[in-house]
Amino acid sequence: MSELTLDRGLAALRAEIDGPVAAFFSSCVHCGICATACPFYVETGDPKYTPILKVEPLRRVWKSEFTLLGRLLSTLGLTQKVTDEMLAEWEELVYDSCTMCGRCSLVCPVGNDIQAMVRKTREGMVASGHAPEGLIAASVRAVQTGSPMGLQWKTLQVQIEHVKSSTGLEVPVDKPGVDYLAMLSSMEVINFPEYLEAITKIFHQAGVTWTLSTECFEATNAGIQIGNKDVAALLVQRVVDAAIKLGVKKVISPECGHAFTAIRWEGPNLIGKPYPFEVVHIIELLDELRASGRIKTEGKETDRLSMHDPCNLARKSGVIDQQRNLINLVAENFVDLKEHGKFQWCCGAGGGVSSNERAEPLKITAFKRKKAQIEEVSPERIVTMCATCRTQLEEGLEEFNMDIPVVGLTEMIADHLVEKA
Amino acid sequence: MIDPMDFLLWTKGPAFEWAIAIFALGVLARLLEIFIIGRRPNYAEPRAGEWGPGLRTVFTRSIADSGTFQRAPFNVVVGWIWHIGFLIALLLFIPHVELIKSLLGFAWPGLPNPIVDLVTAVTLVALVATLVHRLTHPVKKRISTFEDYLVWAITFLVVLSGYLAYHRVINPYPLALGLHILSAEIFLIVLPFTKLIHIFTAVIARWYNGASFGRRGVTS
Repeated sequence: MSELTLDRGLAALRAEIDGPVAAFFSSCVHCGICATACPFYVETGDPKYTPILKVEPLRRVWKSEFTLLGRLLSTLGLTQKVTDEMLAEWEELVYDSCTMCGRCSLVCPVGNDIQAMVRKTREGMVASGHAPEGLIAASVRAVQTGSPMGLQWKTLQVQIEHVKSSTGLEVPVDKPGVDYLAMLSSMEVINFPEYLEAITKIFHQAGVTWTLSTECFEATNAGIQIGNKDVAALLVQRVVDAAIKLGVKKVISPECGHAFTAIRWEGPNLIGKPYPFEVVHIIELLDELRASGRIKTEGKETDRLSMHDPCNLARKSGVIDQQRNLINLVAENFVDLKEHGKFQWCCGAGGGVSSNERAEPLKITAFKRKKAQIEEVSPERIVTMCATCRTQLEEGLEEFNMDIPVVGLTEMIADHLVEKA
Repeated sequence: MIDPMDFLLWTKGPAFEWAIAIFALGVLARLLEIFIIGRRPNYAEPRAGEWGPGLRTVFTRSIADSGTFQRAPFNVVVGWIWHIGFLIALLLFIPHVELIKSLLGFAWPGLPNPIVDLVTAVTLVALVATLVHRLTHPVKKRISTFEDYLVWAITFLVVLSGYLAYHRVINPYPLALGLHILSAEIFLIVLPFTKLIHIFTAVIARWYNGASFGRRGVTS
């Protein structure tokens, strides 16, 4: 990789400025309402975590280069410049204290999509050499090994064998011509292997033809999190190549939030063309199977359950009703958190925060918002559908000595399948 | 010393023409700044179109969600009060209606003076409250710039000078009216080059927001 410099950073920021960005910065009246939507501000009370302030580097480039008045003022040396010192200071604001959850984008009175601008600002941070070590390491591992955690196929192979022996079912691998290519996330493979077993059982019952790919099993995209289009495009291309090679109709994004954003929404734009296949989140697919009567369940969970909507899935992708349809299929005592769906609160770990070791204390502080939400409805268990959210919920609840187990929705559905005769 | 009547005539004549010209050209330039950059094509298969959700958000974003209302009641309530008060004074004060009629050839009925007077007083109080909030609230203090205070001062002066002229506090009257018209002209001149441009661009920003979330299946 060529040298990371301020000039490259500025060029990357420049390349990110489009009509919406110009409209957003033109419209900001500095009302500060975005801060009230941000768990990092709400839980720390520190005004430096005000979302619109996090994109100040991008604003300065827009102001001095994309407005008539700014250009005039900058020729007179009167505009505020983006410097290396500034970007070094902003690194914490752009990465450690932002999960790109998008809640600010939903409450801004003038309609600024601040989350989208944080995503753009990260491009400049990477190019100028101001990205966190943890995210750089994850990106390098993802490019070199295919997994941000350095996970190799042989580890997954072990999981596959476990699933085979415990279910007696085949886990299809590299099977061409099937309908679905199932992707996984490394965190899921390592922390929540029950997911693979769950989809194996569900797909068997529903008669879904599917496969894993030895060439690409990782759905997550460190390039999206750190904010580097080249890395992101390379990782998306691997998924696209695997899907095309196997000739599948659809690719299934796993229980992971940002992977869905990466493959579903950013991917086609990263590679510059539409896909020859569809992308669905596992929860969307399960709800389709439910609606068409292909999943048959029996029995219901009787304890008080609540749900955490992953930001990338709900607020940023419109998958909100599906998980509720599914949980109501297998639970009789489900209660939503007060602010849920598109207005849910982030767990505090997404957007690369969980890969950024330095951000650990801030990540736990931001979790307090979720904790407060959970305390309001006092559930006995929490259901979610993102491995990062799930890990954060487990760690956060543990940190605050709250004995509330966290369950993945897919495995809960699998637990209630009517055994096939 | 300039004769107050000459001053008034100047504000109503050349100054007004210049202000309108700078305002119109400035707003046009600012809108062009946004539209000529445009957007890259989006290849991700959308869940819904962009126009409907975009237009929807242009309107719905005026109303805060209940959570935001609870967490930022001052912003929401006082923001609404002074924006509406400002618009009532601007658009429904009978002399303003007459001015609009003379410029556009058509207008609408105004409100009785005592009502506009009361609304204006409330607006002034609300504006003072927003300044105090900006000076004291940690977030607003941190993100505020010189421009925020300049724009506040100009907006406040427009309303205050109108209020004082109506109540004949400044004499002679031509001076009072001239000062009000001049402050309105300063407002028009700075509008395109400050955050006051949000009067126009917030519609575009909201549309982009609604369109972007809408194509992903979220009403924003």
